[in-house]
Amino acid sequence: MPRPARRSLRVTANVLGVLAFLVAVFPVYWMVNSSFLARNEIRNPVPTWVPFGGSLDNYRTVFETDQFVNALKMSLMVTLLTVFVALLFAFVASVAVSRFRFRGRMSFIVVLLVIQMIPVEGLFISQYKMLEAMDLLNTVIGLSLVYVAQVLPFTIWTLRGFVTGVPYELEEAAMIDGCSRVQAFFRVTFPLLAPGLVATGVFGFIQAWNEFTLALVVMTREDHRTLPLWLTTFTDVNRGTDWGGIMAGSTLIAIPVIVFFLIVQGRMVSGLTSGAVKG
Amino acid sequence: MSDTAPRPRRTALPYVLLVPAIAALLVALGYPLLRQVVLSFQDFGLAQQFGRPPEWIGLDNYRELVTDPYLWRVTLRSLVFCLVNAVATMAVGVGLALLMRHMARSVRILLQTGLLLAWAMPVVASLTVWEWLFDTQYGVINYLLTQMGFDFEGHSWLLRPLSFFFVATVIVVWMSVPFVAFTVYAALTQVPEDLLEAAEIDGASAWSRLRHIILPSVRPVLLVVGLLQIIWDLRVFSQIYILQKAGGSTHDTNLLGTYIYRLGIGGGEFGMAAAVAMFMLVLTVVLTSPYVRAMLKQEGEA
Repeated sequence: MPRPARRSLRVTANVLGVLAFLVAVFPVYWMVNSSFLARNEIRNPVPTWVPFGGSLDNYRTVFETDQFVNALKMSLMVTLLTVFVALLFAFVASVAVSRFRFRGRMSFIVVLLVIQMIPVEGLFISQYKMLEAMDLLNTVIGLSLVYVAQVLPFTIWTLRGFVTGVPYELEEAAMIDGCSRVQAFFRVTFPLLAPGLVATGVFGFIQAWNEFTLALVVMTREDHRTLPLWLTTFTDVNRGTDWGGIMAGSTLIAIPVIVFFLIVQGRMVSGLTSGAVKG
Repeated sequence: MSDTAPRPRRTALPYVLLVPAIAALLVALGYPLLRQVVLSFQDFGLAQQFGRPPEWIGLDNYRELVTDPYLWRVTLRSLVFCLVNAVATMAVGVGLALLMRHMARSVRILLQTGLLLAWAMPVVASLTVWEWLFDTQYGVINYLLTQMGFDFEGHSWLLRPLSFFFVATVIVVWMSVPFVAFTVYAALTQVPEDLLEAAEIDGASAWSRLRHIILPSVRPVLLVVGLLQIIWDLRVFSQIYILQKAGGSTHDTNLLGTYIYRLGIGGGEFGMAAAVAMFMLVLTVVLTSPYVRAMLKQEGEA
């Protein structure tokens, strides 16, 4: 066997792997690093690589601005409402799609796939006009409404996989033991779906928490900004003067997402291309 | 097949279960779509915004757009940007996935952790950090390039359109590579190991093993992932919008998404904006149909 070629391939792969790791991780590191630095360290021609002697002052500054706390509340309300409604609607819909065969089932699935791909920019003009007419601009309900529609297709698609994964025979066995169909579903299948509900719920959370475009369109008033909108305005005001504060803000927004993301990541990958992997 | 269609009994129950989801989709997407079609045939500008009834003008909006060289420039720019980004993302992502098979376990885990972190970053936070990295005065990138002997002191990256799009590409590729690398790597682990060994014993070079065994067996995944990149890179709104706010000429850096936004929400030209949006929708649907077909095929096989 051509040993030397193999060895050099391995060395190249390792070197490139470490390089790619550095490129992937550096911006994340730099965000956290800068968030601890004082102003004179930020505004220094020579960068400070490690935040020795760093402080939490930047975080204090961020929390002291009313707008941040306000935006945090806004984001939490919109996100939680979206996740709750989307999970509820998607759950019943996924039961219909995976436990029944009915006319129009396939068309429904096709429609789900197509709308998953619709770009937000393709519809936000008329969504804006609609919410304006309904008097729902700058409201939690208005933004949540468009968010629910945004996350529903993927949520149904993923939950459907989880429901199908619980063998129907289990329900049948429960029915033989005297449960009604509904009872069998809620006593046998539902508990087994908990991980699926958590995973898709977390996915919805991340989507709504990060969303920028629709929030920009729907929340035009300053006191109704969600966190991503707050961060961009905060950046505009402080660019060049307070990158430390800006990075503290970014870190605060990113932390919950990173934590949640690491929890559900495996399931999200398989959700998007499930089946394709098996070829 | 046994787990679906438990009983072929006719019942209205599945339709009832679908009502909430369908209602939500109809209100938040279906109705706006209809409204947008109508809007695109109307003269709906600022006067209408202040109460004047909109006028039907048939295809005038579309006619005006088709003859507007700026729309064509923006469209072309969007398509080029989309293709460059999709190709770069696929090249880096697939390359990393292939390399992962040859890395030491520890390096692979290190790299995967890094990719996961990059993937998990919220879009807005990533953009803000990259803005800071590319900052004219105190940005680390200018510092490093200057240290390496290039004159990048006080270099403004966002001023010129080409440089602006270079920065945007770096950011988009950085954000999109993890998904590609993970998905393709997952597919690569399914390539039968004994087949590769047999080929190696028969004297097939690494290159021909890649070409004749590895790539064909992950082809379906590559197609779906590549298509998703194209669709996603066509709709880069926040990336461009936020970078535009950081500097650079809006006129020279608009892509379809930001153009629609500035035309409609910014400029009050709702009729025109709706027409451009329709154009973008049609473009996406055309690009999406192969993806939908691929997914349905799996659905049928599953």
